[in-house]
Amino acid sequence: MSNEFIKLFELIISASLINNFVFTRFLGLCIFFGVSKKMETAVGMSITFTAVMMVSAAISWVIFNHILVPLDITFLEIIVFIGIIAGLVQLSDTIMRKVSPGMYYKLGIYLALISTNCIILAVPLISAGEKYTFIQSLAFGLGSGIGFAIALIIMASIREKLELADVPAPFKGLPMAFVITGLIALAFTGFAGLITL
Amino acid sequence: MSSSNINLKELFLNGIVKENTIFKLALSLCPSIAVTNNLKNGVFMGAAVLFVQLMVNITISLIRNIIQPKVRLPIFMLVISGWVTVTQLLMAAFVPDVYSKVGLYIALIVAFASILARAEMFASKNSIVPSMVDGLGMGIGFLFALTVISFFRELVGKGSLWGYAIINTKPLLILILPAGGFFAVGILMALFNWINARYAAKAAAGSH
Repeated sequence: MSNEFIKLFELIISASLINNFVFTRFLGLCIFFGVSKKMETAVGMSITFTAVMMVSAAISWVIFNHILVPLDITFLEIIVFIGIIAGLVQLSDTIMRKVSPGMYYKLGIYLALISTNCIILAVPLISAGEKYTFIQSLAFGLGSGIGFAIALIIMASIREKLELADVPAPFKGLPMAFVITGLIALAFTGFAGLITL
Repeated sequence: MSSSNINLKELFLNGIVKENTIFKLALSLCPSIAVTNNLKNGVFMGAAVLFVQLMVNITISLIRNIIQPKVRLPIFMLVISGWVTVTQLLMAAFVPDVYSKVGLYIALIVAFASILARAEMFASKNSIVPSMVDGLGMGIGFLFALTVISFFRELVGKGSLWGYAIINTKPLLILILPAGGFFAVGILMALFNWINARYAAKAAAGSH
């Protein structure tokens, strides 16, 4: 049993640091560059994101393993997963608006953005490809969410400082953000080999 | 007739230059870094996006009059993911070596904001010919961007093109490493900005 816990812990660490979605798999970049200008939005996005990711990982796992696999229609996985995510985002949007308008006011805008985020689709696709168990895919979703949060928060804090820096004109804005991300990615390669799964 | 021709040409160029998905709009960036460490993968990825964009635009334009406005987004997603699945299966069958490297990113074309945006803003409001031209333009713009990035990265990072050795000197290895992708795109974007700024300055000077 304890061995299993260690395995799960390793999975979370690996998904969040070693195979960080932003820095080593290059997913979710649109959102990453879009919302990392301010710390506050970065934090809001990370919270919403991790929550949606875990729920969608769970639902996708159940549907994939109990409907798609028995019926032998796994090639439809993309259509089914994107449907699940779109439905889930719509559902949580509605629920949040009714149950907690304050929270909706703060986080609602990120919810709409999430459905066009590739990480959220990549998590079920990868879990299906790696044949994770239910708990493992949950852990994978959580780890990926944490990894995305780390990336966003690092980037937001750097970009807030960057406002005052004197950047050469052609590099202003996105090009500079890309170069910085490259440097962080270089630092993250240091995590490679921390855990071998 | 001639006015509509000019219109189509502008529409076609719009996707390549003025609204280039990667260099100008900074959308759909994930594959621009993930698969561009050699030219072959970059070109196939670009071609896949071109195909999906074109087919989605055509399909949406054909069915635009029977879609209920309220449920249009789910229907767009359905059309897009259908065509992505087709692309995925085709690539797995005909270019398995490329597919094994870029497969995940092919699947993720579904989540491309640019494709959904064109379906929503253009194809759902226009007839089939302009939609086709628009899809071609946007797709070629994307293919062009991926080709430039992967050309640059493979040539400088590995000294080869399409797998064939070209330069014999020691290559700048960092460009084909994951982190190098960010540097390459950053530098190329800055170059684009610089050229644009020069061009704009020249045009302004010429008109005075």
